[in-house]
Amino acid sequence: MSEGSILRPYGDTTGDGMVQLSFTLPVAHSKVAEGAAAQLANKMGIDPALVVHAQPMGPGFTFFVVYGRVNHLVDLDKVEVVERDYPLLSPKEVNLAIRSGLRRRLVVVGGCIGTDAHTVGIDAILNIKGFAGEKGLEYYREIKVVNLGAQVSVPRLVERAREEKADAVLVSQVVTQRDAHVHNTQEMSAAFREAYPSDRRPLMVVGGPRFDETMASQLGVDRVFSRGTTPGEVASYLTHRLVESRRTA
Amino acid sequence: MTPRPPDPSAPAVRRAPARARASRKGGKLDLDPLTVRKARTLARQVGRPIVTLAQQHTTVSVERATLRLAGLEGADADGIPWVNRLLDAVRGDVGIEHGVALPVWDALVRGEADDLAVLAQKASAGSVRFRVPEGRDLVRARAGARRQVGAGLRRVDARRRERDRMVKRYGDPRQQPWIYLIVATGDIYEDMPQAQQAAREGADVIAVIRSTGQSLLDYVPEGATREGFAGTYATQENFRLMRAALDESSRELGRYVRLTNYASGLCMPEIAALAGLERLDMMLNDSMYGILFRDINPVRTFVDQRFSRQVHARAGIIINTGEDNYLTTADAVDAAHTVTVSQLLNEYFAKEAGLEDWQLGLGHAFEIDPELPDSFRMELAHALLARELFPKAPLKWMPPTRHMTGDVFRGYLLDSFFNLAGTLTGQGILLVGMMTEAVVTPWISDRDLALRSVRYVLNAAGNLHEDFVPAPDGFIVQRARQVLAEGIDLLERILAHESRTGLLDAIADGTFGLMKRPADAGRGLDGVAVKADGYFNPASEILEDK
Repeated sequence: MSEGSILRPYGDTTGDGMVQLSFTLPVAHSKVAEGAAAQLANKMGIDPALVVHAQPMGPGFTFFVVYGRVNHLVDLDKVEVVERDYPLLSPKEVNLAIRSGLRRRLVVVGGCIGTDAHTVGIDAILNIKGFAGEKGLEYYREIKVVNLGAQVSVPRLVERAREEKADAVLVSQVVTQRDAHVHNTQEMSAAFREAYPSDRRPLMVVGGPRFDETMASQLGVDRVFSRGTTPGEVASYLTHRLVESRRTA
Repeated sequence: MTPRPPDPSAPAVRRAPARARASRKGGKLDLDPLTVRKARTLARQVGRPIVTLAQQHTTVSVERATLRLAGLEGADADGIPWVNRLLDAVRGDVGIEHGVALPVWDALVRGEADDLAVLAQKASAGSVRFRVPEGRDLVRARAGARRQVGAGLRRVDARRRERDRMVKRYGDPRQQPWIYLIVATGDIYEDMPQAQQAAREGADVIAVIRSTGQSLLDYVPEGATREGFAGTYATQENFRLMRAALDESSRELGRYVRLTNYASGLCMPEIAALAGLERLDMMLNDSMYGILFRDINPVRTFVDQRFSRQVHARAGIIINTGEDNYLTTADAVDAAHTVTVSQLLNEYFAKEAGLEDWQLGLGHAFEIDPELPDSFRMELAHALLARELFPKAPLKWMPPTRHMTGDVFRGYLLDSFFNLAGTLTGQGILLVGMMTEAVVTPWISDRDLALRSVRYVLNAAGNLHEDFVPAPDGFIVQRARQVLAEGIDLLERILAHESRTGLLDAIADGTFGLMKRPADAGRGLDGVAVKADGYFNPASEILEDK
């Protein structure tokens, strides 16, 4: 065990600092290539670096496995992490929270607004097929998903959200020519504010690769998700905002 | 390792190969032939009304595929294909109930345009009126359509003969199973060298994954594409470029390297036609995947699927079905029988459409939770069941995805066990698993390590199936029988639905993959039409040999 907040990696002896890594260099296998691998490891702070394995892959690549002692220290007190402001839940936990907190299914209406025909984002989040190994919201027994698909007009989205008594509206925007994603989203949030009293308005969530997560207030929505967001994160957020907060309020 | 103590069954194990030969008929699981026949009969009874339904309908995509077979290519300035433009114009005037061929070739016979391309341009400008011809005009339109679509199908035939010649010259893979690797950067010009490198490293089959979302586009994009989302668009030009690149590899490596893409989604029939025209060798083509996982309308899917399979049959393409997907959403032990049922249905639908046993890459996957006791024995039972139920089909064996956690070392071990199960149970097509599944798109080193695992397993244990005979009435045999019995039970429950098309009801109430998909909802429904009396489709006629 190390004392205080300073740590070193552990191989088989306290303080030995041993790490392993593997990588590929775009160079044919040779003595020089192995030296290059050791040099890279040295530059990463590994000294001595043992190139324990070098595997040629085709004519121009070599794969290396390196073991060695890293001379960096880590200070737990200086670790900075951005904490998610909602807990990440499994599909089971989401279903359970909705069932016990809402006592009905949570209704999500989603689509791509404006001329955007790229349903990639909304489908990744909503379709059961999902994204990044996580199933989409359709997979959640306690979430009712109404996916309106591509090129949905804002009035239509408002209308369907009313019909379905939506708890949340999810919109994705891929096309960003002349800031179309920003204008479309602002138009949508304004329309929802107009159509609903403020305490009845569904939660508005937008997502897309060019959105910045800090833009929510500028866009007039409750939450922005950017590239790489998984369905599980969205489901957890919806549960946090629509179920958990309601219970504590 | 210490040798295992001799056990009482040892003599039986030594006799195994001889006994396996002796009882080849009953197979290693000694499945009851009556039970197997019953399963097939039930699948036929479930599938038959769906085929009837498919015969009674047509779709915009079937009609566009017909135009593609007649040689209509290209797109307008907005990137909308001419087949869409022409079809939409015809549909606006007379609907698609009579098929697109009669109004289109009637217009050509009337001299509205010299060829399809000019007709499509004029039609999209609104300067052609379409009608359903009658009398002598009808006869002439039919003859013209049949001639031109027939020429397209002869091009498909020529590509099939070309493949046969190349396989003869360069040869098939030397080992079983065939090694199947995925490539997809989004950029076809990046995909080509990667695919060639993968072939050099040992891949027998290259699959180019499609861009996310293509399955929901109601048109096929045009030209060579360099941008995609987690995949590369399926276009005729991309097909042609990649096939040419792999022909080069086939010459270089002295074995025919096969190319795979996806005949699925809203444009399934058109993609099938393009695959036939550009000599693709395998196509992902599942009877229910689009319905369950893409929310495509069930009727649209079954109609499109039947036509696309007829094209695949003609083109000599091996289909790969998607049963692995059921196991990614439902538990692989509890839902094992849904895979069997889907395989039986896929087999029925495929054979009805004219595909032969060697073209049926029926799918299944290694997705049982590795924490479960006896998980590997259950995997062997399921894989062997598929093998013995479909003895002549080149089964498609899919690697673990659900229990790949990001622990790449454990993932590598799991993939190696997957490889072992594949060779031990005689799978035909092995999709190589990557230890970085769910982490990154495969790196060059991931692919190299994965192929080394495959080579090690095939080299070390490629013939182990000769010695591997499960104990009669042992765990594996009993588990396989149980799954088959549960499958039969499910088929009977589907048949017990009140309406004639019980399968549609079963899909609607969430029997497969937990998804509920009613027959009157889902994407692409507005592109379905009931055929009118006098419906005519030259492609269907020729494909069904009428």
